[in-house]
Amino acid sequence: MMQDKVKIEQQVMRSVSLVKIHEFFSVMMVKLGVPLIATIIFMGLWSATAAQIETSLGTVPGPVKVWEQAQVLYQEHRSERGKEAGFYERQEKRNSERLLVDPDYEAKIRAYTGKPTFVDQIITSIVTVLTGFLIAAVIAIPIGIVSGLNSTVYSAINPLIQTFKPVSPLAWLPIVTMVVSAVYVSDDPMFSKSFVNSAITVTLCTLWPIIINTTVGVSSVDKDLVNVSRVLQLSWLTHVVKIVLPSSVPMIFAGLRVSLGIGWMVLIAAEMLAQNPGLGKFVWDEFQNGSSDSMARIMVAVVVIGLIGFALDRVMLMLQRLVSWDKSAVLR
Amino acid sequence: MLMMSKEHLKLSRMSIEFPAPTGAFKALEDVDITINKGEFISLIGHSGCGKSTVLNIIAGLYKATNGGVILDGREVNSPGSDRAVVFQNHSLLPWLSAFENVELAVKQVFKGKKSRSEMKEWVEHNLELVHMKHAMHKRPAEISGGMKQRVGIARALSMEPEVLLMDEPFGALDALTRAHMQDSLIEIQAELNNTVVMVTHDVDEAVLLSDRIIMMTNGPAATIGEVLDVNLARPRNRVELADNAEYSHLRAQVLKFLYQRQYKSGDS
Repeated sequence: MMQDKVKIEQQVMRSVSLVKIHEFFSVMMVKLGVPLIATIIFMGLWSATAAQIETSLGTVPGPVKVWEQAQVLYQEHRSERGKEAGFYERQEKRNSERLLVDPDYEAKIRAYTGKPTFVDQIITSIVTVLTGFLIAAVIAIPIGIVSGLNSTVYSAINPLIQTFKPVSPLAWLPIVTMVVSAVYVSDDPMFSKSFVNSAITVTLCTLWPIIINTTVGVSSVDKDLVNVSRVLQLSWLTHVVKIVLPSSVPMIFAGLRVSLGIGWMVLIAAEMLAQNPGLGKFVWDEFQNGSSDSMARIMVAVVVIGLIGFALDRVMLMLQRLVSWDKSAVLR
Repeated sequence: MLMMSKEHLKLSRMSIEFPAPTGAFKALEDVDITINKGEFISLIGHSGCGKSTVLNIIAGLYKATNGGVILDGREVNSPGSDRAVVFQNHSLLPWLSAFENVELAVKQVFKGKKSRSEMKEWVEHNLELVHMKHAMHKRPAEISGGMKQRVGIARALSMEPEVLLMDEPFGALDALTRAHMQDSLIEIQAELNNTVVMVTHDVDEAVLLSDRIIMMTNGPAATIGEVLDVNLARPRNRVELADNAEYSHLRAQVLKFLYQRQYKSGDS
């Protein structure tokens, strides 16, 4: 009898662990397998369709060609960095030799003036979008809080927001360019004008969704909690810090994520139009270049732009998890 | 102590109108009553009769259109820590623990009057009073409905209010939890002897807890229909009272008022 019981127990244990293994695999399938299969199907469709389309620059590149160009672009970056290092090495050697001959010689150090590589353009674009976005957030969140709490302020600024929100970034760009070149005058500017132009254009377009979402979040704080605050006679600042901000964190972050996405799209367009350094300029230059590899190189940029946009959104999501009080909330 | 038990809280010919699409809607008319110190008052009536509105006017959350509230000889028409409110759905801040929720009130009321360690002690003391000290570092989402309401009561008590206002405090709880909470409230009341105004729609609750029951007529323009004195000896015990003739009589009177004189067809 005892032995039977032990046997049954073992069997039960085994089937329990089998169920667990099964569960594990089905979860893995949904989380990894399904996206993988979908991607493979997409690649297949891409490659089949692309081969059918003839353009003046040859057939539209498929995934293989794009991957080749991605490697080429990285190699170009490596060799450009090599040249840069070589340049500085030679310069230093030259200067030290002159110094040996003539101790009074004042060494001139010249900066390397090679053309920015694909990787350089990526970094420029990311720094620019984050700068513009941060400026927007710093301005927009306080405005949103005030207009969410005060209906007079809200009715004062709402028509302005609604008017400026749908304006295309490209309409702002000429005005920003003119204003920046008139106002931002300095012999030794800390930032280049093109950088300031792009960043401000991003700011002007990302401001509105943040203000609107913050306003909605702040004005929809649970009425009971507002009453608690009134009964406790909390000061304005305590009210905002203890009640308003924690409850509007999800809405504020929704606004931030939407506007960072918009900002990233805006920036690429602005860089193309204004020839400001960045991924947009890279795309435009390749288009003008018109070599047989150009389309594949542009496609690399397209994929990279998409991946960076995705990564930026994930970073915001992580930030939201960090500051949100409700760790159990499902964030997508 | 000069005022003694005379005219502690006076609702003086209070009426209120709310703006509505079809002109002003008169919710309350001529609500007039005087409440003594240490008295436990229940406001009972059908839903929509404006009993919560009365409470909100006392709390200072609404402003009476005519008449007003006089507390210890002074008119009050804005919220203040002398009138603490226990809300129907607990209204705890979900991002703060039970301790922090009570602490927020204590810090606000006793700023500059208590030291940091005294405040901590006072918060813990009030949580102890409602038997919530064991779970004081839990957030509202981690505790049951009854426990949340206990913390809500602790928060209100911690303000040492002149008047404790309770808006259907146990309305959202199941019957057993509600009975348990009522017993706790009787216990706390015996110890602190607060002036309490409680809104309820539960006849047993009103009779069990109150010194006086104010029965409200149906709206619009609701007002006090009848006032019933409850002179049952304290401490009260729900099981003993179940067989008490006086208790049954009082209960019947409230029921008669609600379901014969103020019967509302289709009332939910």
